Amino acid sequence: MSKTAPKTYITSGHSGCAGCCDAFAAKFTLMGAGPNTIVVNPTGCLEVMSTPFPYSSWQVPWIHSLFENAGAVASGVEAALKALGKKDDIKIVAIGGDGSTMDIGLGSLSGAFERGHDFTYVCMDNEAYMNTGIQRSSGTPFDASTTTTPPGKVSFGNPRPKKNMPAIMAAHGSPYVATTSIGFPRDMMRKVKKATEIVGPTYIHSHCPCTTGWGFDTSKTLEIAKLAVETCLWPMYEMEYGEITQVRKVKDPKPVEEYLRTQKRFKHLFTMEGGDEEIKKIQATADWNIKHFGLQ
Amino acid sequence: MINPAYKKKMVVVEGSYAVAHAAKVCRPNVISAYPITPQTHIVEDLSQFIADGEIPNCEYINVEAEFSAISALIGASAVGARTYSATTSQGLLLMHEALFNTSGMRLPVVMTVANRAISAPINIWNDHQDAIAQRDTGWIQLYVEDVQEACDTLPQLYKIAEDNEIMVPGMVCMDGFILSHVYEPVVLLEQELTDNFLPPFQPDDILDPEDPKTFGAFAAPDTYEEFRYLHEQAMQKALPKIEAVAKEFEEVFGRYHGGLIDGYMLDDAEIIIMSMGSILGTVKDVVDEYRAKGEKIGVLKVRSFRPFPKEQICEAVKNAHAVVVLDKNISIGTNEGALFTETKSCLYNSKVRVPVIGYTIGHGGRDIRVESIAKVIEKTKKVAKSGITVESQFLDLKEELL
Repeated sequence: MSKTAPKTYITSGHSGCAGCCDAFAAKFTLMGAGPNTIVVNPTGCLEVMSTPFPYSSWQVPWIHSLFENAGAVASGVEAALKALGKKDDIKIVAIGGDGSTMDIGLGSLSGAFERGHDFTYVCMDNEAYMNTGIQRSSGTPFDASTTTTPPGKVSFGNPRPKKNMPAIMAAHGSPYVATTSIGFPRDMMRKVKKATEIVGPTYIHSHCPCTTGWGFDTSKTLEIAKLAVETCLWPMYEMEYGEITQVRKVKDPKPVEEYLRTQKRFKHLFTMEGGDEEIKKIQATADWNIKHFGLQ
Repeated sequence: MINPAYKKKMVVVEGSYAVAHAAKVCRPNVISAYPITPQTHIVEDLSQFIADGEIPNCEYINVEAEFSAISALIGASAVGARTYSATTSQGLLLMHEALFNTSGMRLPVVMTVANRAISAPINIWNDHQDAIAQRDTGWIQLYVEDVQEACDTLPQLYKIAEDNEIMVPGMVCMDGFILSHVYEPVVLLEQELTDNFLPPFQPDDILDPEDPKTFGAFAAPDTYEEFRYLHEQAMQKALPKIEAVAKEFEEVFGRYHGGLIDGYMLDDAEIIIMSMGSILGTVKDVVDEYRAKGEKIGVLKVRSFRPFPKEQICEAVKNAHAVVVLDKNISIGTNEGALFTETKSCLYNSKVRVPVIGYTIGHGGRDIRVESIAKVIEKTKKVAKSGITVESQFLDLKEELL
């Protein structure tokens, strides 16, 4: 970060892996949101690595309750601030992984968005349950190998595509839904800042490559995050009240192979018979993204 | 017995309305609830108060499930809000995980539970299985006998739970339908008296950007045990506080429903019937009949099930010839209700030697008749004379359905 970069509010000294995506995501989120922020953090790597009692990396007020209730906890924080006359000065940001956001916490999050609480939810999507040892979630992409979707004699790995979470959140009538990536820190900070300044429930879905879970060198986190965008497997866009208003263009999309080759979770596609056909299916997803979001 | 001094203040309202009104005058900042029979009238009445602007500085959250009802209050309480919810049965069970989390974070949320049976088979009527299943969640549990006590216990519980030395959440357990839907004369809690009695909630630690704190940290084996110990210590501190607050309430409002326990015809009682909740009214009626015949039968009401008043129970039953415990719940696999098991447990290492038998009664709202209570008393008299033959059993089982 340059000397002019905004201050962050999560200190070093936590026990995250070298190259940890959650640490990047939390850092960029708070750089965007600023110090007058209460953070709600569902169970996951970020919570475990940042708060080993009696230590805490958080320089903003922070609450972790359970795995599946961040939406409701944030609702309560917001309601309490309103009732106590403190809401005008304080922002609320919930930040959780793909499991706590898209799977077990979806009901709670949906309720909070439907009720229109004024807070921002940031999903750090590293595409599997990393804290418990790389099990599949509904954020896991097609054909990825996880410990619960291993490739085998009759399987190429995860049989389903990623859940389209931003569309679900936009369908709640959210004034602002955006996708971003830790590979683009300025983009992420700008979108978080914008989201926290808009009144109402806003949602940021950040793509977060996990060195341990995806199988790549700890120095490559941001590089691989960029590759996902450059291959059009992770489109970056903003939506206001359900309409796409901004798209990050990709001038010369790279073939998905370049992204897949960097990660152990897709290694089997390059060694198994029929893997090339599977890679074509993944390329089709990227091609669909290019067309659907107008990435070029 | 209606205190004549209060007769002119009394109004006839539904139990749920009286409880909602009691919650209102406690000045909650955040109410969060999900509808479930027979709790619904409480939250409907609170919603009307909100709609009419009658609860100042209060937000009402209509959540999408009980799990979120309690979770929202976790967030709200951590910000420093006084919080309230009401639920029952399946809703309380759905909260189970978050109940531990609330108490573990030492957030003094207060709830009314309109006790109801548990599915399967599905059943909407009263017993205590729902709340008893939460006994290890680290919440204070106060069981009430009538609507007036359900109201009066709310500000008492806030005062106990929010004490800076305690900081433990609590539930007022009132019998679903029997108390929630009954219309009976009650004194609605006066705002001015309640304000005199219950100070504002001022916790030491809150979520505040001016002084950032971490709530809900991760505790490894080197620190986790001490959290459990301190939580238990807080519950032990709640024991005298429950007694003291009941007396403070009496000084301000002139009503007393017992502290940890309460006795009825207890001092010289040879046979003691122990129980919790609205069944105590029926039991007292039967005891009156026995007393009229000169028989020394007494009633021990257990008001606080958590914390469990071991010393007070030992003291209350020490001179009895036999004790019978009536439980509206059962721990399947022990053939015993929880109050029975725990009463025996607290007597075991004491100097008190008295035979104790138990009945599990009123499951799924089955009516408990005076004849059945009389039958229980007769059986207990036999125990006093010739010892225990059956330690614990169901009451009024329909053999023809088995």
